[in-house]
Amino acid sequence: MSDFTFLYRGRDTNASPEQMQKTMEKWRAWFKQLGEKGHLKDIGHPLENTGKVVKGKQKSVTDGPFAEAKDVVGGFTLIQARDLEHAVELSKGCPILEVGGSVEVRPIQVLNM
Amino acid sequence: MVAVLTRLFGVHNLALAEDVVQDAFCRALEVWSFRGVPENPAAWLMAAAKNRALDVLRRERTARTYEPELTRFLQSEWTLAPIVEEMFTDKAIKDDQLRMMFSCCHPRLPEEAQVMLILHILCGFGIDEVASAFVTTYTAVEKRIPRAKKVLAGSERLFDTQAPSDFSTRLPAVQGALYLLFNEGYHGASAEFAVRAELCQEAMRLAALLLDHPLGATSVTYALSALMCLNKARLPARLNASGKLNSLFDQDRSLWDQKLVSEGLQLLDLSAKGSELSEYHLEAAIAAVHATAQSVQATNWKEIVSLYDTLMSLRPNPIVALNRAIAVGQRDGAERGLTELRAITDAERLGKYPFYQAALGEFELRGGRPQVAREHFTAALALSRNATERQFFGQRIEACDHGV
Repeated sequence: MSDFTFLYRGRDTNASPEQMQKTMEKWRAWFKQLGEKGHLKDIGHPLENTGKVVKGKQKSVTDGPFAEAKDVVGGFTLIQARDLEHAVELSKGCPILEVGGSVEVRPIQVLNM
Repeated sequence: MVAVLTRLFGVHNLALAEDVVQDAFCRALEVWSFRGVPENPAAWLMAAAKNRALDVLRRERTARTYEPELTRFLQSEWTLAPIVEEMFTDKAIKDDQLRMMFSCCHPRLPEEAQVMLILHILCGFGIDEVASAFVTTYTAVEKRIPRAKKVLAGSERLFDTQAPSDFSTRLPAVQGALYLLFNEGYHGASAEFAVRAELCQEAMRLAALLLDHPLGATSVTYALSALMCLNKARLPARLNASGKLNSLFDQDRSLWDQKLVSEGLQLLDLSAKGSELSEYHLEAAIAAVHATAQSVQATNWKEIVSLYDTLMSLRPNPIVALNRAIAVGQRDGAERGLTELRAITDAERLGKYPFYQAALGEFELRGGRPQVAREHFTAALALSRNATERQFFGQRIEACDHGV
C-alpha cells in the first residue's frame, strides 16, 4: 500500500445552501465508502478559496492565489492505495467530477536520504 | 440533548456532553434576558447546543477521542458540520434517546441506579428532583449519580440498538426500569403530586420510544405500555383537586381518562399477539377489568382474583398477595378477605406498608367491628409516609368513629 494525495479543484462555492447540503451528502457517502474499504488515511479538509501567498527570500506576502476558480485547490485528502492506477480508480467516485471539477492524484514522495 | 451529544462525543465523554448542554442553557439565559424568550425556545436551545458542539469538536479535534466510528468524520471539515446536523434531526434524537436508555440499564448498575440515571440524563431531572422522586436525600443522590455515570462512561461505547441479540438481552432490564419509573410516580411515597404525574408521563414517553423500535415492540412492551395507559387513566380520580387520596372504591369514575383507557385496551390487544405471558400482561389485564367496570359492585372480581392467582405464581410477593386478598374479599365478602389477609405467609414483610393495616381495617369495618378497624387504621396512620396518606387514614378513623 502506498500513500497518495487527492487535490480537488473546481469546487462550487457559490451553491445555495440546499445544493450545498446535497453535495455534502454525496461527499460524505463517498468518504464513508473509502473509509470502510480502508483507503482513507486522512480525510483532510476543504479549503477557503483565497488566503495569502508568501514568496521568496523577502518573504513577500500577497493576497492569493489569483488563479481561475477552476484551478484553485479546494481541498485535499490522504488516500491509501495499491498503486497509482488503483488510486486513480478510487478518485473516479469523487462527486466533484459531476460538477466539472477535477481530482489531481499525486503519489506521496518517499524521500530516502 | 445530552443523549444526542453523548452519541457524538462517545459515552466516555458524557461529562463533556453535559457541559455543552449546560453552556447552551447559560447562553439562553443571557440572550433571553436581553431579547426576550424566542418563539420556539426548545428549537433555540437545540441550535445553541448544536453550535456549541461544533465549537468543542473543532477546538478539541485532536485532543480527545470521540465515538469510535465517528471520530474520523468529526476530525474533518469535509464531514463535521453535516454529521452534527444529521445528529440533531428528530429521528436521530429518538434513536439516541433509545440508545441512552439501553446504556443506562447497564448490567453492572443496580436497578434503582438505572432508573435514577434515566431520570437524570433522559428526563432532565435535577439531583433534587431525582431525590424527591425516590424519597431520599439530596446527598445520597448526589453520590449515587456520579458513581453510576462513571460505570456508564467506563463502557467503551453507547449501546448498539441495531444488534438484535444484545437488544433482546437487555430489553427486560429496560422494561423493568420503565416499570419502576412508572410505579414510582403512581404508587411512590413522595408527597409531591406534581412530580409523581410527571414520572408516569416520562415512563410512558420512553415506553413509546421503545414501541417505535422494531426490536423494542415486543408483546411484553405492548403489555407494559397498556398497563401504564390503563393505570394513568385513573390518576385524575386517584387524587382530587385538594390533593386528597381516593381509594379505588371511592373514586369518581367519570374522571377516568377514557381516551387513555381505550388506548390502553388497544395496546393490550396488541400485547396478546405473542405467546409470552409476562407479569405486565397480567397487571395490564387487571387494570383493564377495573377500567372497564362501571362501578366497584359491577367489577368482575372473579376475573381479577384469577388474574392475581396467575400473577402470584409468576411473581410471588407480599404486595401482590395483599391485592389478591383484597380482591377475594370483594368477591366473597369481608370475612373471607380477612382470612386471606391473615394467611399471607410473609406478612411481616408488609409490616411497614400502611396499606396492609388499612386493608385489615377496611374489612373489619365492613364486618361490623369499627373498634377493631379503628386500631388497624391507627396503625396505618403511624406508618404513613406522606401528608396525603396521613389525611386518608385520618378520614378512615373518623369513619370508624361515626360508624359509617
